[in-house]
Amino acid sequence: MTAPEVTSTHDVVIVGGGGAGLRAAIAVAETDPRLSVAVVSKVYPMRSHTVSAEGGAAAAIAAEDSFDEHVYDTVSGGDWLCDQDAVELFVHEARAELLRLEHWGCPWSRTPDGHVAVRAFGGMKKMRTWFAADKTGFHLLHTLFQTSLKYRPVTRYDEWYATRLLVDDGRVCGVVAIELMTGRIEAIGAKAVVLATGGGGRVFPFTTNANICTGDGMALAYRAGAPLKDMEFVQYHPTGLPFTGILITEAARAEGGWLLNKDGYRYLQDYDLGTPTPEPVLRSMELGPRDRLSQAFVHEAAKGRTIDTPYGPVVHLDLRHLGAAKIEAKLPMVRELCLDYERIDPVRDLVPVRPVVHYMMGGVHTDVRAATPLGGLFAAGETACVSINGANRLGSNSLPEILVFGARAGAAAAAYAMEAAPAGAGVAAQAADETRRLEELLDRAGGESIAAIRTAMQHTMEGAAGIYRDGDTLAKAVDTLRELQERATAAGVGDRSRTFNTQLVAALELAAMLDIAESIVHSALRREESRGAHQRTDFPARDDVRFLAHSMAYREADGGCRIEYQPVTVTRWPPGERVYGR
Amino acid sequence: MKEITLRVFRYRPEAEAEPTFQEYAVPLRDDWAVLDALNYVKEEIDPTLSYRWSCRMGICGSCGMTVNGDPKLSCGTFLVDHAPGPITVEPLRNFPVIRDLVIEMTDFMQKLGAVQPWIIRDESDDDPDTELLQTPSEMDDYKRYSMCINCMLCYSACPVYGLDSKFIGPAAIALAQRYNLDSRDEGQEERLDVLSEDEGVWGCTFVGECTRACPKGVDPAGAIQRAKLIAANEAVKAFLLPRWVR
Amino acid sequence: MTTDFWQRLHRQRVPLLWWTSRRTYLLFVVRELTSVAVVWFVVYLLLLVRSVGAGPGDYERFLDWSAQPWMVVLNALALALAIVHTITWFMVTPQAMVLKVRGRRVPGVALAGALYVAWFAVSAVILLLVLA
Repeated sequence: MTAPEVTSTHDVVIVGGGGAGLRAAIAVAETDPRLSVAVVSKVYPMRSHTVSAEGGAAAAIAAEDSFDEHVYDTVSGGDWLCDQDAVELFVHEARAELLRLEHWGCPWSRTPDGHVAVRAFGGMKKMRTWFAADKTGFHLLHTLFQTSLKYRPVTRYDEWYATRLLVDDGRVCGVVAIELMTGRIEAIGAKAVVLATGGGGRVFPFTTNANICTGDGMALAYRAGAPLKDMEFVQYHPTGLPFTGILITEAARAEGGWLLNKDGYRYLQDYDLGTPTPEPVLRSMELGPRDRLSQAFVHEAAKGRTIDTPYGPVVHLDLRHLGAAKIEAKLPMVRELCLDYERIDPVRDLVPVRPVVHYMMGGVHTDVRAATPLGGLFAAGETACVSINGANRLGSNSLPEILVFGARAGAAAAAYAMEAAPAGAGVAAQAADETRRLEELLDRAGGESIAAIRTAMQHTMEGAAGIYRDGDTLAKAVDTLRELQERATAAGVGDRSRTFNTQLVAALELAAMLDIAESIVHSALRREESRGAHQRTDFPARDDVRFLAHSMAYREADGGCRIEYQPVTVTRWPPGERVYGR
Repeated sequence: MKEITLRVFRYRPEAEAEPTFQEYAVPLRDDWAVLDALNYVKEEIDPTLSYRWSCRMGICGSCGMTVNGDPKLSCGTFLVDHAPGPITVEPLRNFPVIRDLVIEMTDFMQKLGAVQPWIIRDESDDDPDTELLQTPSEMDDYKRYSMCINCMLCYSACPVYGLDSKFIGPAAIALAQRYNLDSRDEGQEERLDVLSEDEGVWGCTFVGECTRACPKGVDPAGAIQRAKLIAANEAVKAFLLPRWVR
Repeated sequence: MTTDFWQRLHRQRVPLLWWTSRRTYLLFVVRELTSVAVVWFVVYLLLLVRSVGAGPGDYERFLDWSAQPWMVVLNALALALAIVHTITWFMVTPQAMVLKVRGRRVPGVALAGALYVAWFAVSAVILLLVLA
């Protein structure tokens, strides 16, 4: 490693090459082709976790659907913690964005006459989920990536890991990043930076999230002084395969799949989610929202009505009555995953499933333009919290979110960059600091392994910040995480090579995960109510008087976490009861 | 607990001039893939072992390796299918090796861009408020080729690419065909300029191993032969017909 | 530093006998080599045409030459190889050719079947001509 070269500068640097990052990059290029835009991604863009999204993308397009109904489903699904102004513009722009993807070549599934087809999804009152079989995220990401190749102003830094935001006088003006292949450290200057690094499900042991989902962008922003919003809201998806945590899409239930306990009984009827019918009914039973379904599983397990396996209790997803033809046409990936990874065939066999950490509703606080409180810093996608997802995201809202707010982030960053002055001189010193820190980290000899600390963190989080939480356990987790932070600071990387050092990346990712884990438990401890995905056994009711508000986690100078609150924007939908199946 | 031996290709460019093999004993568990075993090695035995992986569900395309001689996604290749072992794990063939199991693939990234894998059409009459119609049957024409996850197994299986890395190769040509056959696309002629070069479709001798190696059923070999037919047709037309008829 | 890096990449070389490493590679090489038999038949046909053009004496000599045992063996072998060549290409044709009839893709079996039918029909016509 050598001294940082502040040689390369761009108008806009985007950290993250998934759906939100690529959409932002295209938006910058379309705003003004003279702007230079860089995409810095720790993996090749088409490896990003957007690729794993399965079920679909929501946008009101059907004749009998309306924008207002999409807003209502989203806001009630989010237990009224969504900012309704943001949700309103989101549902309006979602349609245009999905159409744009269609014009770029995305192979959306079609009706026989050639129009885009829509399917049902959990918590949605109308059929409004666009889909590309059950590989929607894969097709969306590859369409975006391949389309991005035609924009000449886009420079890619593939397999570069961003380690720090450069901040000059309260304004973000670049990043420091390592090129994994060579170990070269470089300061990449920018007039505006967009964070689009996805979520951080890997802070938990059992998750649908890919290995790369380590909350890097959230941690970068948090350390630079931006607040993390609503971090206590972590979504458990009700149907993951045991052991691997591979996601079985909600579309499996939308197409008519049933959830059965060990007696073959559709147990959701016992949890105020409606009465069972042979055909799926919208906003009812298996098509209830994810938080309620995951909570029902915990109660069912407590009653001893789940099936025990070496990987904990499971229930069964029954798709057999759908028949081979429908499964092949609508759910080919579900079948492929079951056959390849579980060695069962959903056409003939019951699929074992259990709730699994899937999505973070929280993230870097932004306004509807995707701007954070830090000058020159923007964020979009799962990294950000606008907030349209409130306390529980509805399935098929995250893909349109990365498009709508990816595009907004790109446009806002481009506009900012056109006005901004070049970075000040203080940046070079910060870059040199960061290089020293990374070199010290590489050369550090330390006994404890990164993997051991990571495992301890994951189990702490599962125990304290799972589907049900309580004050005592959360308070203990705060202490445990502090201790783990100290152990991580002392641990060596265990690999001093400069060439493709995945162990160095693992150490940096662990540091990011520990930071966001702390923000999660602090936010969860302070929120003394139950709402959406945040369920406190010691405070089982929703408390709109004290907590109809966003948690804002700020990092203190000593590494601690300070929580403040910010009001929720309510426009036309005052808080009410969440009603499903009746 | 039963064990199985992994024989893993190691190459540490700063420490050694030539690759070596290192053996690790790992638990032989029914539900473990080769990737799980490598993760076990990295977490419990040797943190310096380097390889790429991410989604562990066969869709991100990161974890391609040569397992007992065959190009495979290591997340979907199970230990029990290779018991009693040993299992030899090497980087994908035909690529330069950066370190251990990590290959260098910028060559493919450049080739992908060269075939213009995006919709090319005259958009002046398109209405942004409505979709371009496409029937399920029209989608079937290209759907298979759109399933490519860029995992590089086909390049690893292709002897032509191994002998001459200028060959554009299976995945890039399949993706060019994915757009050529899309009813919304009008860019076939532009792509033909690249595809009909010597290193384009004509480099392929139809070994067919790319199609056998593909974990997603893309059939790049078929895509290339279809592209050859188009290229040949266009060449004959260009030779025989006056410009205004073509 | 970057140049150093590129020099340090380990280049994997394809071994000279790469085609023996997999059965499918070997079959591919065999398929390619059978095209020599097709070339031989073209040459043989040209020799026949030349002898016919040169007059009855030349033609008689050509027939005598062809009747030698080693020529019969050679031609029988070439015929076998040409048949292998034909069949292997018929097998891969459906992969290369997509035919659509009324919006539906003609299945590969039907496509290959049509090729066999055409092959046998042409062979039958030639057989009739020769026997007549």
